[in-house]
Parts: sequence; C-alpha cells; structure tokens
Amino acid sequence: MRLDRRRMGAIIRKDLREYRRNRSVVSAMAIIPLIFMVQPLVSVFDTSSAAARQLGQHHELLYMLAIPALVPITLAAYTVVGERQQGTLEPLLTTPISREEFLLAKALAALGPTIGVAYLVYAAFIAAVELFAHAGVASALVRGSDVLAQVIFTPLIASAAIWVAIAISTWVSDIRVAQQLSALASAPAIVLTLLIAFDVIHPTLGLAIGLGGALILANRVGWRVVSAMFDRERLIAGR
Amino acid sequence: MRADGPALSVKDLTKHFGQRVAFEDVTFDIGHGEVFGFLGPNGAGKTTTVRTLGTLIAPTSGSATVAGLPLSPDNGVEIRRRIAIMPESPGLYLRLSVAENLQCFADLYGVDDPAACTAAALQAVNLSARADELCGTLSKGLRQRVALARALLSEPSILFLDEPTAGLDPVASRDVHELIGSLRESGVTIFLTTHRLEEAERLCDRVAILNTSLRTIGRPDELRDQLFAKTLMVKTAAPLADPDAVFRGHQGVDGWRENGDAGYVLDGSDAAAAAPGITRALVSAGADVLSICESHRSLEDVYLQLIDEDTEVRR
Repeated sequence: MRLDRRRMGAIIRKDLREYRRNRSVVSAMAIIPLIFMVQPLVSVFDTSSAAARQLGQHHELLYMLAIPALVPITLAAYTVVGERQQGTLEPLLTTPISREEFLLAKALAALGPTIGVAYLVYAAFIAAVELFAHAGVASALVRGSDVLAQVIFTPLIASAAIWVAIAISTWVSDIRVAQQLSALASAPAIVLTLLIAFDVIHPTLGLAIGLGGALILANRVGWRVVSAMFDRERLIAGR
Repeated sequence: MRADGPALSVKDLTKHFGQRVAFEDVTFDIGHGEVFGFLGPNGAGKTTTVRTLGTLIAPTSGSATVAGLPLSPDNGVEIRRRIAIMPESPGLYLRLSVAENLQCFADLYGVDDPAACTAAALQAVNLSARADELCGTLSKGLRQRVALARALLSEPSILFLDEPTAGLDPVASRDVHELIGSLRESGVTIFLTTHRLEEAERLCDRVAILNTSLRTIGRPDELRDQLFAKTLMVKTAAPLADPDAVFRGHQGVDGWRENGDAGYVLDGSDAAAAAPGITRALVSAGADVLSICESHRSLEDVYLQLIDEDTEVRR
C-alpha cells in the first residue's frame, strides 16, 4: 500500500493547528503531566541525603511512563467522532485520502504532542531534581537505564494508547463517551507501569525487550485493525 | 479529463439500509457540461444517491460510471480525485481561517499550486478579502461560500452540489447561481440537488424527480408538457351570457370551465392555436376581453403533481 505524505501532512498540520487553538485540549494536555510532576517533586525534595540510598533500589521514575498512556486520550478519542460531530468528516472523506492515510495521519498528529509533552515533563523533572534535591538524591533516582526506558517506551506506549482511543472513537457517537472509554482502556497499561515502577514486577532487560516487542506488534496490528473498523458508510450515514 | 460517453451514467442503482429502501432502480445519464437537477422531498434518497456516486456509500445493486470510471471500491480514490462534493452542511474547521481550510483540502486533492488554487477559488466566490478570518466568525451564508470554494479547488470534472443555496439570502443565492452558470460554461458537469424548484428550473438543463424511485426525468418544459395539457386562460370584463356558445366548436378546444368571476379555462390538445378564433368569437359576442393567454405551469406544479400521486398511491 502506497501512502501519500502530502495528504497525511495536510491532516497532521490541520490537527495540530486545531489542537493549538483549542483551550480545552491545551489545558487537558497540561494538567495530567503537572499532576504527575508536582506531587512526586515535593516528595523528592523532602527526601534527605541519608534516605537517598533507598531510592536507588527502585525504579520510581518509570511511573512517568503513565504520562504517554494518558495524555493522548484527549486527542485520539476526538479523532473520528469529533470530526463526525462537527460535520467535517464527510468533506474529508470525499477527498482522495484513503482510510489508512487518514487514520495514520490522525495517529501521528496525536503522537507528536504527546511525545513532546512526555519528554518535556521528564526533562523538567530531572532538571528540578538535579538542581534542587538534596545531595545524592539525583544520582540515586536518575539512572541511565531508566532514562533509556523512558525514551524508548514513551512513543510505544503513546502509540498503543492512541490506537485504542481511535478504535473507540471510530465506534462511538459521542466525544465524552470516547474519552471515558479510552481512559478505561488505558488502565491496564498504567497499572503495569506502576507495578514496575514500585518493583512489584521487577524490571529486567528481558522484560523490557518482551514488552517493547509486544508494543511494536500491537501498534502495527492496531493500525490494521482500526483501518478495518473504519467503515465510511456507517460513519457517514450513521447506520 | 474528458472521456467518451456520458460524464455520469447510472443504471438500476439501488441502496437499501437493512429493510429500508433509500433509493432503487435509479437510471439516468448526464452529459459533459450539463447542469442536472435532482429533486425530491425529504427522505427521497437524494443525498444518499450523491454519497453513493461519491464512493462514500456502497450501492446494494446496480452500476454506475462516474467521470469515466466504474463505481467500485477499487476506483474510490481515483473517482474522488475527479469529482468534488459540496455537502449540505459546510463542514468547515471553525478554529482555522478560510485560507487554512482551503489549503488543507488543496493538499488533500494534491493540486499543483495550492496557494494559487486557493486564491482562485476564493476569488470565484468573492471571498478573497476574508481569507484570513476564522471560519467560526463567518455567517452561515459565508460559510456556504467557503464550502463552495473548497469544492472548486480540484477543478473537478463533476461537481455535486447538495442544496448549495440552503440558508443563503437572495443576493448570495444569485451569486451562487452565477457561479454555477460560469462553471457550466467552462464545461464542468454539475449535479445539483435542491428543494428550490425555481432554482432548478432556471439553472438546470434537465431535472430528475426522485421519490425513492425515479419518478421522471427530462427538460423542465418537456416535463410540463408531459404532465399538463396546455390550457388557454380567458378573462373578460363581465361574465359571458352564454359561454358555451362562444367556446364550443373551436378546433383544438375540448372543453371549458369557469375560473372565478368572468374567467374561463379552455382545455384542449392545442388550446393556444385556438386563441385567434376564440378572440373573434368573444368580440362577436360583445365581450370586453381583458386577457387571453396560455397557462404557465411551473416545475413546481410538475413536482407537486408527481409527489401527490405517490402520496395517494402509498395511502
């Protein structure tokens, strides 16, 4: 299948402009990361140098992988049902764009801001810890393997969350329902992330490779499955 | 792109949604550069027909050739490249400017010079001065014009217009009519669905009336002739003493009936040809003739006659 970059670029640019000018989207994308950053920062700043050694036994920073699972829900849940509700889906689908191009462009438009926000928050968190935490806390908390995991898994987790949300957006007829169901659907990924962060599931290289592979596969399958679910007739005629 | 044969050819096209019939056994051809009116009451299947021909909906049975390509899922992308559809609802991105909306669609259609195409489309609908305004700030009429500009971007060979003047004021409607006229001159085939019968009568070369199935198709004047006998309307200053003596026996006049005070309607195969003889008879009878004219049946009369017949049959 040949994908037309120009058509996809048109959708991505359009979506990014819309997101930027939509206050509810901007605030939703800002609030979740802030919640994930502020409370742990307070806790870290409160940690003394003596207690820092304890931090080194866990991978608490991995909990921030919940951000890419949560942040794109607002955007991705809107992708199809939002276009449908504002009456813009029909004009879009009367153009030569294929459903695969349309869906991939929508996913990429949600993925870009999500990765940006997740990396930014992570970088801000680390910078704040390095600058303001007690001596020894930063070196105990921030480890190369965790940073690498964050860099690699952020796009993978975000993509999986996006495909789930787009699939839901394709099926339901109300934006709020799409967002609520998408949040519910992302719960297992968030729980898994938290279990690893708090060492209930011990993170190993094998586990990381297995999870990474599973996410790559899920993302490839997700695109195909959502494309198959995308029924122009049902979406346009509502039947 | 101009292939041999009709621009749009539809044969026995049918669409069912489950048990419900959207439209069935629709057959017609539209020539290149023709303005074709598609009329019918709400729920008649007009919009579903447009969506089917625009590859948004798959037909249940039947076939069609759109802009030279058989209507099939495999040809969907190529058909959509050659046509443009302006839906009834403008469907604009309200947080984007007029130009941003159009540039997005210019890229989706893959036009060579998006900026020039956008400028030309805006000029065609007299909106160049408002290119940078957000669509959310525009009135309904202006949004409709932006949607029309969007449909012009790809220079389509067939343009489907679904109620293009719905909600527009008379001046804006006139602008749209002029635009349709200029598109016709440039060879664009236009498929126009509308509820405004005077609009269809004025703009369309031919019209079809759909009420789930196709009720009739032809030039507006042909349809009038098919459905209504020509009549002669006579108006005198005072009621005639013996109208039967005046009107009886004229060639082409089969009968007459009163039409209000001192008014008469003469029915017949060629009532208009009988007008000179009728005039002489009226003068001989001492009547003061105010007017004698052939009755004018509008497309609206044709439409209402057919739809009323359907309503009667369904009762």
